Amino acid sequence: MVRFKVNGKEQSFDGDPEMPLLWYLRDVAGLTGTKFGCGVALCGACTVHQDGKAIRSCITQMQDVNGAEIVTIEGITPTHPVQKAWMEIRVPQCGYCQTGQIMQAIALLKDNKQPSDKDIDTAMAGNICRCGTYTRIRAAIHQAAKELA
Amino acid sequence: MIENVSRRRFLQVGLAGGVFVLAAKVAPDAMHLVALADEPSAPAPLQPSLWMSIAQDGTVTIVAHRSEMGCGSRTALPLIVADELDADWSKVTIDQAIGDPRYGEQDTDGSHSVRSSFELMRQIGGAGRAMLIAAAAEQWNVPAAQCSTEPHFVVHKKTGRKLGYGALAASAAKLPVPKVEDLKLKDRSEWRYIGKESNSLFDLSDIVTGKAIFGMDATMPGMVYASIEHPPVLGQKIVSFDDKETLKVPGVQKTLTLETVTPPHLFKPLGGVAVIGDSTWATFKGRKALNIQWGPSDNSSYNSAEFRKTLEATSLKPGKLVRNVGDVDAVFAKGGKVMEAEYYTPHLAHASMETPVAVVEYKDGKVLAWAPTQNPQAVQETLSNVLGIKKEDVICHVTLLGGGFGRKSKPDQVAEAAVLSKQLGKPVKVVWSREDDIKFDYFHSTAAMYMKAAIGPKGLPTAWLMRTVYPPIASTFDPASKYADDEMGLGWNNLPFDIPNQRSENGPADYHVRIGWLRSVANIYHSFAINSFADELAHNAQKDPVEYLLELVGPPRIVKLDLKGDEAEDDKTYPVDTARVRRVVEMVAEQSKWAKQKKMAGHGFGIAAHRSFLTYVATVVEVEVDHKGQVTIPNVWTAVDAGTIVSPDNIRNQFEGAAVFGTSLALFSEITATNGMINQSNFNDYKLTRINNAPRHIDVQIVKSDKPPAGVGEPGVPPFAPALYNAVFAATGKRVRELPLSRTKLV
Repeated sequence: MVRFKVNGKEQSFDGDPEMPLLWYLRDVAGLTGTKFGCGVALCGACTVHQDGKAIRSCITQMQDVNGAEIVTIEGITPTHPVQKAWMEIRVPQCGYCQTGQIMQAIALLKDNKQPSDKDIDTAMAGNICRCGTYTRIRAAIHQAAKELA
Repeated sequence: MIENVSRRRFLQVGLAGGVFVLAAKVAPDAMHLVALADEPSAPAPLQPSLWMSIAQDGTVTIVAHRSEMGCGSRTALPLIVADELDADWSKVTIDQAIGDPRYGEQDTDGSHSVRSSFELMRQIGGAGRAMLIAAAAEQWNVPAAQCSTEPHFVVHKKTGRKLGYGALAASAAKLPVPKVEDLKLKDRSEWRYIGKESNSLFDLSDIVTGKAIFGMDATMPGMVYASIEHPPVLGQKIVSFDDKETLKVPGVQKTLTLETVTPPHLFKPLGGVAVIGDSTWATFKGRKALNIQWGPSDNSSYNSAEFRKTLEATSLKPGKLVRNVGDVDAVFAKGGKVMEAEYYTPHLAHASMETPVAVVEYKDGKVLAWAPTQNPQAVQETLSNVLGIKKEDVICHVTLLGGGFGRKSKPDQVAEAAVLSKQLGKPVKVVWSREDDIKFDYFHSTAAMYMKAAIGPKGLPTAWLMRTVYPPIASTFDPASKYADDEMGLGWNNLPFDIPNQRSENGPADYHVRIGWLRSVANIYHSFAINSFADELAHNAQKDPVEYLLELVGPPRIVKLDLKGDEAEDDKTYPVDTARVRRVVEMVAEQSKWAKQKKMAGHGFGIAAHRSFLTYVATVVEVEVDHKGQVTIPNVWTAVDAGTIVSPDNIRNQFEGAAVFGTSLALFSEITATNGMINQSNFNDYKLTRINNAPRHIDVQIVKSDKPPAGVGEPGVPPFAPALYNAVFAATGKRVRELPLSRTKLV
């Protein structure tokens, strides 16, 4: 039995210990804001926070989240400055990758209050956006950093 | 879980609650507007194409009959209705249409949602506004002509009276619907939303909070999950398979086989072994434990490297005539300087971030489907054919699409879910892995182009021959198709160059994988060949590429084309206008300060211009090539003339995205096949642009225009790769004639 918290609520799981957290969140817990993109940590669509750090839930097995605090996009309340900036800059096109992008950006700004373009590129390089909203993502992170400062 | 409430509830409320419901009925020869409230006994209006309603609380519901895959159609179309209705956008809600021919054509492709529906949307809104005004005028006992509107209110200025749309809805619904010819639509100066910077996506807030529902997020009560091991080579059948280990995987319930597809492939299931389970993960894991023996297939001989040679050899032989002006042979026969070049582009996969997925329930001969589809009517047709049921018995709901790029016009995964649901007697959610998505796509064609020009005075061509060869999309629908007749309009039969002798041709090619359309389709390779060759000619003439391009385009004029069918119809409203080509070229030259850029080692600028989906685009790309041959893109400038536009910021976003999409195919992406099997599988070997190798700055300028609206989702892609390659030539002196650039060592 694995015990952990999701968005502040105690949860337990006694299914396949190898099941990735992604599929627990989506298929078991019904938290569909976390997306499936590649299954092998190449695209970042599944990004959530484990104990405050951005992780790829598609390669994080349930047996490895025992005692962990998981936060998904649904747990980001109230609206975070990163989300506000995403709306003001009008970043999304299809929107599918954006929750992963936002979770990655929130984690970046926790560690680095004033990231440079290069810092942003390094932190966000694991998150693919096929629609190609990268210049807006960069602008939105800078804007959110200003608001958080 | 998604409930099927919106449309049904809307109808019920519409009939029972005295709500104003307006439907447009599209007849082949004329359009009539019919108020649903006039036919209270009808269960649904006959052939409604587009709907809107006003509830008594003032909520305006507008039906979006096109899919949202990131291009903004779902927002843009209702915005047009809301503008003519003079509605307050904050009181508008959007109802996504199910697949239904009564809405007219619903395939969200070809960058035509806005242009095909623009006038109709205006008429829907305009009729509603006229009826609301008439209702208020009646109540106040004043002439309708004395009344006007402000958002969500009818106003009688003389007496200062006003009434809200909600309060007027019930009485407006009882009034006759005005005839289209009697409608007084707004002057474009009165538009509140069309063309305004303030427009943003209707789903923006849901997207950033994770509440937006994509196909991947749809569920049905009692559903099971399915993941399918497809034949590695198109057409392979199962000889035998062992699922013993699979059935031991926790959560796996059973396996089922699907019949292997036979040509024409259409949107039929590919075949294979389906693993059924109680979570996506269980089915993925179960698949890994399958042991399948596959039979032979004619396509096992397909090797893309060999196939390239075949395409290239064909491109050197005369092909089918596509367009002829003057006599190129006579010019070439005279002798003199001739330039020739061959270009090659590989297969591409769409790789939408959301893989193909669908939830389908088959019950008592009827189907309920939720899918991220660009074309819900194709779902109806495909499921009807595959299951042998009536099209009307397929209800297809459309979720948001996590990208589409043309892949999601092809609902083969919906058909898989339907077939499995019929066998299992319960709803099934089919989820494709990324590997499935990349290996079993409807691939963008690989292509070879041959170009030849006779060089006359001032280095300008006196004759221009271009020949293109690739497996046509038509092969997916008719395996005997070898010519790309339907794709010649994508940049091969409408060259806007002022050259007295021109001929374009198309050579035959066989297919060995499923071929489909991908964002901007054949324009990608056609524009690559045309714009690269134009740049080669410019350098040969020792002229500035922008000046040379303008000389090629020649004076402002309407280009005379010999087109048929839909293309001939389009040509009447949207003729090829070289003044518009010139304007975007001149505009982008100014944006990029082209003339003032200084020559630096390892640094270069390139230009390309291409008209596609009736939109004129010119792009300048700046590259830096370091001592290792690594290419970076500091700047991209794009000028766009898409006629009348709805949402300028969304259009800028589309063209920024097109530069990134273009970077992927220009620098990184290619699909290859060995013995019929696709070599790539995920983002490690099918590389896409990331934030750290994307263009750093992208400047998009839009031409102010009152011409009819044209496409915006696709036209940004075609000029990008040639502009980048021309920049690489400027930086390195190396002329590369194949995509992607990663195949070539620059130093």
